[in-house]
Amino acid sequence: MTDVLVCIKRVPGASGEVLLSDDGQRVDARHVGWTLSAHEECAIELATRVAGDTGGTATVLTVGPADAIEQLRDALAVGCGRAVLVEAETDRFGPVDVAAAIAEVVRAHEADDTSYGLVLLGNDAADTGDFQVPVRLAYALGRPVVTGISTCTVEGDLVVAHGDGPDGPETFELPVPAVVAVMEGGVAPRYPSVMGRMKAKKVAIEQVAAEFEPVGSGRVLLTLPPEQPSAVQLLGQGPDAAPAVVDLLEELGMVSR
Amino acid sequence: MIAVLVETDADGVLVVSQEALTFGRGLAERAGGLPLHAVLVGRPGEEPPPGVLTQLGEQGVASVHHVVDDQLTAYSAAAWAAALVDVVRSAGAAVVLAAGTPRGNEVLAHTATRLGVAMAANVVGIDTVGADAGDPLIVTRQVVGGAVLEQMRLDDPVAVLSVAGHAVEPVAGETATTPDVVELSPTLADADLVARVVRTGEKVPDASGALTSARVVVGAGRGAGSADGFKDVVRLSELLGGAVGVSRVVTSLGWRPHHEQVGQTGSRISPDLYIACGISGAIQHWAGCSSAKTILAVNTDPDAPMVTRAHYAVIGDLHEIVPAINEEIERRRT
Repeated sequence: MTDVLVCIKRVPGASGEVLLSDDGQRVDARHVGWTLSAHEECAIELATRVAGDTGGTATVLTVGPADAIEQLRDALAVGCGRAVLVEAETDRFGPVDVAAAIAEVVRAHEADDTSYGLVLLGNDAADTGDFQVPVRLAYALGRPVVTGISTCTVEGDLVVAHGDGPDGPETFELPVPAVVAVMEGGVAPRYPSVMGRMKAKKVAIEQVAAEFEPVGSGRVLLTLPPEQPSAVQLLGQGPDAAPAVVDLLEELGMVSR
Repeated sequence: MIAVLVETDADGVLVVSQEALTFGRGLAERAGGLPLHAVLVGRPGEEPPPGVLTQLGEQGVASVHHVVDDQLTAYSAAAWAAALVDVVRSAGAAVVLAAGTPRGNEVLAHTATRLGVAMAANVVGIDTVGADAGDPLIVTRQVVGGAVLEQMRLDDPVAVLSVAGHAVEPVAGETATTPDVVELSPTLADADLVARVVRTGEKVPDASGALTSARVVVGAGRGAGSADGFKDVVRLSELLGGAVGVSRVVTSLGWRPHHEQVGQTGSRISPDLYIACGISGAIQHWAGCSSAKTILAVNTDPDAPMVTRAHYAVIGDLHEIVPAINEEIERRRT
């Protein structure tokens, strides 16, 4: 039986125009809404599979504002059984702080009743892209860690994890308890059912506060890259443009007669 | 000194590692002429390949720390980081760099944690280098898939940075060096070897490697309409000797395999030509294709971001336009 903790982050959607707050300290998601990183959707799927396969539990955790309960409910709707919000001003939190906040919960639950044999996270957050919370968490807990994993299972006392390496598909075998950072691609996240959503609404969310002075992220300022004026050259409309396209392909040396 | 973790393959130093070396050389010059060192994980009993040493010399590397240990035959991020930390401590590195590859970011995350310092991922530029040792370093890095830039301050005695792909062009230094090679057997604990590769499978020939190295990529998005809507796009990629790339919606819908996905959570490509068919160009996708040298967009919407950011565009339905392009190529060849 493996109890799994999966850690997620509320991030701005990636489908529309990004705006910044006037002080350049945060992304203004008013037009794009909030979502989860794609990697984390897959981490949730893996968490529920491992919990289901081993007869264990899947708990979802986020470090963020109270509004991140929305993302916790999404995870509850697709099979997580328990949820924890570590309420924090995430703008003041860097990767060291997020890892410390998660580690505190892991230790508190362990002292209580739940020892997580597997902690899953996304490989990197879609917004801050720090690539280090899973590793810092593993060191804080004294557990082995592997990143860039697309699928994993727990077999006895081993976490068997698969990822894509530079020389081909790679397999890692880590003793439990372990930390695994998941990349999109190995499993398809499931969609919540109406029943799932109804059930998720009824789950009481454990709320704790991160009570330490954060190290911070080192952020000085956010800016948008200068938008280049469009210099697009229209080659035409519809199939009639095909000769112009092939002229271009010839000019670029992509096709030869 | 500035230490750069260098990744290699059968062809020598990876292009992204050459970029990291060029980036490191620029930083070394701005910091008043710090020496540039390379850290190379090798195989016990083998010298660094001469071709690799030549490439490192072209980048101005003064010393190569050649890490060799029987226990490093199988990759382990913690063990590689132990080696980097040994180099930092023995040779006094002020900055540790690597290319922002999955491996580069993973090893640097371990390294920064072991050193108890901050790490900046996906750095694209250096804003401020202090006049004195210990002054903060201010860098610019990509966040939100490259749609936003973050200025980040690093105050620690050692700065750990991964360099975003295509942040700089890899260029040789003015004078080539002949690097010293120093063999290093790192101090490894049992815990450093727990999370290591136990098996490596056969590389799938058409996996994302082909996509990232292709000279031409033909991409398709939601506009393909269904899993059956890629026939003409695949044919065009074959006619051009290129690879097929798709947007995230295509893989999410199960129309094409994930290894073809281009974007923030897929492959980052930099072909000479990217033909983006029926792809709107949302942040998720643009993060993966913005380094293409030339972009040709085929789209029904003339205001789609992919069209306005492209170099060339054809407005219309990809299902009418792509077959016409294929026919025209075949007609001219006969």
